[in-house]
Amino acid sequence: MTSTVTTQPPRSDQVRPGRVRFRGVRNRPNVLGALVSLLWLAVVVIPIYWIVITSFVDQNDYFTHNPLLPPSSPTLDNYRLVLENSFVQYFFNTAIVTIGAVVPAVLMSFMAAFAIVRGGGGRFLTGVNTLFLMGLAIPLQAVIIPVYLIIIRLQLYNTLVALILPSIAFAIPLTVLVLSNSVRDVPKELFESMRLDGCTEWGTMWRLAFPLTRPAIVTVTIYNGLIVWNNYLLPLILTDRPDRRTLPLGLAAFQGQYTVNIPAVLASVLLSTLPILTLYVIGRRQLLSGLTAGFSK
Amino acid sequence: MGTVTSARNASLAWLVLPALAFFVAFAVIPLLGIVVLSFCKWNGLGDISFAGLDSWRAVLGNPGLPHALWVTFLIMALSWLVQTPASILIGVFIAGHQRYRALLAVIYFVPLLLSSAAIAITYKALLDPNFGLGPGLHLDFLVQDWLGQGPLAVGVVVFAVSWQYVPFHSLVYQGGIRQIPKSMYEAAELDGAGRVRQFFSITLPQLKYTVITSSTLMVVGSLTFFDLIWVLTAGGPADATRSLALDMYITGFRGNQMGPASCIAVILVLVGLAIAQVLRRLGGSDASASQMEGA
Repeated sequence: MTSTVTTQPPRSDQVRPGRVRFRGVRNRPNVLGALVSLLWLAVVVIPIYWIVITSFVDQNDYFTHNPLLPPSSPTLDNYRLVLENSFVQYFFNTAIVTIGAVVPAVLMSFMAAFAIVRGGGGRFLTGVNTLFLMGLAIPLQAVIIPVYLIIIRLQLYNTLVALILPSIAFAIPLTVLVLSNSVRDVPKELFESMRLDGCTEWGTMWRLAFPLTRPAIVTVTIYNGLIVWNNYLLPLILTDRPDRRTLPLGLAAFQGQYTVNIPAVLASVLLSTLPILTLYVIGRRQLLSGLTAGFSK
Repeated sequence: MGTVTSARNASLAWLVLPALAFFVAFAVIPLLGIVVLSFCKWNGLGDISFAGLDSWRAVLGNPGLPHALWVTFLIMALSWLVQTPASILIGVFIAGHQRYRALLAVIYFVPLLLSSAAIAITYKALLDPNFGLGPGLHLDFLVQDWLGQGPLAVGVVVFAVSWQYVPFHSLVYQGGIRQIPKSMYEAAELDGAGRVRQFFSITLPQLKYTVITSSTLMVVGSLTFFDLIWVLTAGGPADATRSLALDMYITGFRGNQMGPASCIAVILVLVGLAIAQVLRRLGGSDASASQMEGA
């Protein structure tokens, strides 16, 4: 009955019995697919493995040791060097910008999605919905010059707020789209019974729609978090003070300074990705199934 | 019931206002802004003055523009050619319900978590002709000045882009493949069609809309690659990887010519819209419109 964007298990259950019989017949295994998949596994895993082990190699040993073997005497010096280079500051800047952008963006988009779905087919709401849909086609890169102009005129240049405001705006179209699909999947009868119980629309939104769309909300939160955390262009253009750098920008600056110290550069790459990796491990199922359901029809 | 609800809920309209305000202020107005600024003269700091068609004349008469368009097209076409077959094959494979294939999908996804800056930095280090993986392993074919020669640098960009995005597109195809009715394959099997035949007669035609969705995301997305190329090559060597997005940034923020840079931004938006339209036509119906969402 409720086919939210993120429910996968029922589908795979339906598929499984047929699949077993299907495979049981006389199909040859998918050799080409397996080969390409294995090859791609190597392509993905080797650089990541190399980043991880090299980040523990002593810089003096780097040129003599086999780059694909774990270091004989692992060291944390590279991490120490990275942390001494204001990475803690970059980390907090990035965290503030990410949370400061994603939380309001998701809440505002949820409210908008609720209004678009529940507000009836009025001309205003339909128009706003169309505007957001068209907005999916506006790339941040193309409009960065006026964004820069607006930020300097608002006297926000070199502030973290400057990074937050455009990040919110560009998260809205996709978030509204995903969340409105999800609100639409909430059974009408539930809304009706809330109304009969005398609940206001505001109350219905937070007490009924919000909990029932939670899977979609988690998906868009992780997805937007990823985008904002990794954004490079906004901090590049809207800040120039080292103490306002976010991690991607800090990484590039660090590499500019320590080009030859590859173990330290790779330690910085790993450190900057660690929070997102942690988030991925926690919310993986949600993100993967949410994204697949959202993009493939 | 619908009409009753809509009459009652018309007052909900204010709930869209916060989102609308942000979106208009930082996306819609800037979109109009690039058009306005393309007719102005501005160095990025001082006053803005009207300049008529000066910027447009300068940009359209500059041989840098066709070059940037060519580089953009080259990166777009090559990364599509690498990513699409790989994503379809991997998608078919991980669409199987074996547990280890689900694990594969988890690993494939990791590159998508890294920032483009981190990926660029990793490949810069990995391919370094003196300190990279090639000299370390004594693999001569890996010891090249990868980022110092035009064609090689384009190749590195395409490879890094694919490394980052093939996993995502594989997942999109995986989702598409799982929605193909199993009965179609069973029927084909009864007719004696082999796996290859099934792939070309059932899987590929059934994936038509998925191919269009995925290609639209790839192609339109490739127009705006900036971080990766900028950190990897900064447009070099000798402008070999200076795509439209980089051309805009370098002209505007390095050359302090915001007027011409805004013209390039307008061109970027128009090229994106044109390509999205063409791909939608290829889809042959409006069904693709709902699938493009997410670009």
